Amino acid sequence: MSEISTLTQKGRGGQPAPEATRGDVYFTPQVDIYETDKELVLLADLPGVRPEDVDLRFERGELVLHGRVRPRHPETGRLAGEYDVGDFYRVFNVHESIDAGKISAEMKNGVLTVHLPKVAAAQPRQINVRAQ
Amino acid sequence: MRATRWQPFNPIWNQLQQLQEDMNRVFERWSEDGGRLLGRSAYPPVNVWEDAENIYVEAELPGLSLNDLEIYVTGNQLTLKGERRQPVPEKAVWHRQERGFGTFSRTLTLPFDVDADKVDARFENGVLTVKLAKHESARPRKIAVKGE
Repeated sequence: MSEISTLTQKGRGGQPAPEATRGDVYFTPQVDIYETDKELVLLADLPGVRPEDVDLRFERGELVLHGRVRPRHPETGRLAGEYDVGDFYRVFNVHESIDAGKISAEMKNGVLTVHLPKVAAAQPRQINVRAQ
Repeated sequence: MRATRWQPFNPIWNQLQQLQEDMNRVFERWSEDGGRLLGRSAYPPVNVWEDAENIYVEAELPGLSLNDLEIYVTGNQLTLKGERRQPVPEKAVWHRQERGFGTFSRTLTLPFDVDADKVDARFENGVLTVKLAKHESARPRKIAVKGE
């Protein structure tokens, strides 16, 4: 299994985000990434995002994740505010050992799971050693 | 278990709290989460608001399974308790781990008593919203002013 991460983040936490027509703030969702023989799996916390509100794109070697969040708090009557609510945005560089045509994703309970399968050549193969 | 108290009728306390939040925000702009959390307090962070009849408590708990969540209400206290379990994939190497896991328990002391029989809790898209009806004694009462 490759020790080198094939999924690297573009820029730091405060990376540039697309211009928002609503003038909203964008937040960086927290992610976990793990790798198996066959694929890379990315898990992103996107609370408040419905499956139809996830905009996941692969373009020019980048995986762009944009989760739209609808405002859900009333303007008045606030008693305590410990976190902000806003769209999520994060971009990753995807190495060419990922088969981009086969990237798939599912969303459940505010967690997005993205499967990035490796191209066949990048999957480790056991080589049989014959005794002479 | 930690309890959070509000003093909504103390304007000076509110201002100090606001200053604290602003200072935290300055430092958190550079943090990994892009500054979403306003102040490092207990988990889960909550947003609370009210209207004439109810008080609403919202917490973000993505990936939580309903079996792992418990909610208790007594008098003027709300307790959120549960466990966020980390998936354990087979034969995997972790490259990045930013999400937190484990057990949590947080008790909030609300500014008024609530009616424990009328609590509505909903969990959608990883967001828990608890709607608590204010106790009769806590509802605003319009006072008739008698004139001369």
